[in-house]
Amino acid sequence: MSRDEAFLQFLLRMGDNTLILGHRVSEWCGHAPVLEEDIALANTALDLIGQTQMWLGLAGDMDGGKSADDLAFLRDVWDFRNVLLVEVPNEDFGRTLMRQFLFDAWHSIMLGRLIKSSDERVAGIAAKASKEVAYHLERSSDTVVGLGDGTTESHDRMQAALDYLWPYVGEMFASDDVDAEMAAAGIAPNPNDLRDEYDALVQRVLADATLTIPDSAFAYKGGRTGQMHTEHLGHLLTQMQWLQRAYPGASW
Amino acid sequence: MNRVPTDQIWEWLDAVPDPEIPVISVVDLGIVRDVRWDAEILKVTVTPTYSGCPATSVINMDIETALRDHGIKDLKIETTIAPAWTTDWLSDKGRAQLEEYGIAPPQPAGGPERCPHCGSKAVEKVSQFGSTPCKAHWRCTDCLEPFDYFKCI
Repeated sequence: MSRDEAFLQFLLRMGDNTLILGHRVSEWCGHAPVLEEDIALANTALDLIGQTQMWLGLAGDMDGGKSADDLAFLRDVWDFRNVLLVEVPNEDFGRTLMRQFLFDAWHSIMLGRLIKSSDERVAGIAAKASKEVAYHLERSSDTVVGLGDGTTESHDRMQAALDYLWPYVGEMFASDDVDAEMAAAGIAPNPNDLRDEYDALVQRVLADATLTIPDSAFAYKGGRTGQMHTEHLGHLLTQMQWLQRAYPGASW
Repeated sequence: MNRVPTDQIWEWLDAVPDPEIPVISVVDLGIVRDVRWDAEILKVTVTPTYSGCPATSVINMDIETALRDHGIKDLKIETTIAPAWTTDWLSDKGRAQLEEYGIAPPQPAGGPERCPHCGSKAVEKVSQFGSTPCKAHWRCTDCLEPFDYFKCI
C-alpha cells in the first residue's frame, strides 16, 4: 500500500466516523426528551457534519478531485470506513448518550494527537475540531454521570447501554497496515497507543456514573476496514442518500 | 476602480453584521483574518467560527454583497481553518455589544462573569449548548432570566 493510498483510507475513516455519527445524532432533532437536549443533540450533529466536510473534503482532493458531498452521497455501504460503534441505532436516549460518550472520549484523545500531525492540513482540521469535541465530551460525560447515578430506571438503562455498546469499543483501537503507514509518516498515531489514556478516562467517568464496565475484551470489527458493516448502515444510507439516489445530481 | 486602501475595506466590513447575532460585525467577531490586494483582485480571508456553523456561507455572501455595493468588482473570498478561530479574537467593542444585547461574553473561566440583564454573579448553567453552535444556555438565579453565554473556545 502506498502512502497516498493509506492517507486516503485514514481520511475516510475520520470523515466517515463523523458523518455517520452526525447523521445518527441528527435523527433526534425534534424528538429529544426536553428542548435543551434536543438543541444539544442537534448542535453536536452539526459540529460532526462540519468536521466531515473538512475530512471528506481533503479525502476528495486525494481521490481525484471529488467533493465531500460526492463521497458522502454517492458511495455504497462497502466503501464506508467508519467504526461499527457509530452506525448502531440510537435506541433510547441513554444508549445515544452512552455511544456519544464512548466515541467522544476516543475522538478527543485522537484529535489531541492529530494536532501534532506531520501533515499540516490534518493538524489544522484537528485543531479546529478538537475545540468542538472538548464540549461534546464535557456534555456526554456529565450526562452519563447524571443518568448513571440517577434513578433506578435511568441507571438500569445506562448499564444496559454500556453492556450493549462495550463490544464496539475495541475496534477504535485496532491497527492495520494503514495505521502503520500513517504512524511511520508521523501523520497519525497508532490507535493502539491511545488505549491506556482512553481506559483511564472512561473508567473514571463510568465509576462516577456508578456503572460497571463489562469484563470482556471481545470486539466486533470490520467497519474501519470496510470488511463487514452491521446491517444498520445500509438502512441509514437509504435515508441519508435518498435524494441523490432518487434525483441524481440534484442541487440547491 | 482603483485599489481602495485596505483600511477603508476593513471599515466597510465592520458594518457587515453577523447574520445570527446582528449586534456585532463580522470584524468584531474576529472571523475576517486578512484583507489584501493581489494585483487587481481584492482577497478577503475568512475563518469559520464552528466547522458546521450554517451562518458561514451566509456571512461570505453578505461580505461579498457589501463590498460589491461599495464598487469592488474583482473579489475573492478565501476560507481558512488554521489557525482555528478563538473567542480571544472578539474585539472589546464586540464583547461590550454582546453584553448590551443580552449575551454574556466569553470568559476563560468557562462561564459568564455576570448576568447580562441585572449584573448578578449568581448564575447557573442550563445546557452546554444553546440557540447557535457558539452559545450555551445559562440563567440568573437572582432576576430568574435565562440568557445566552458566548462559549469560550
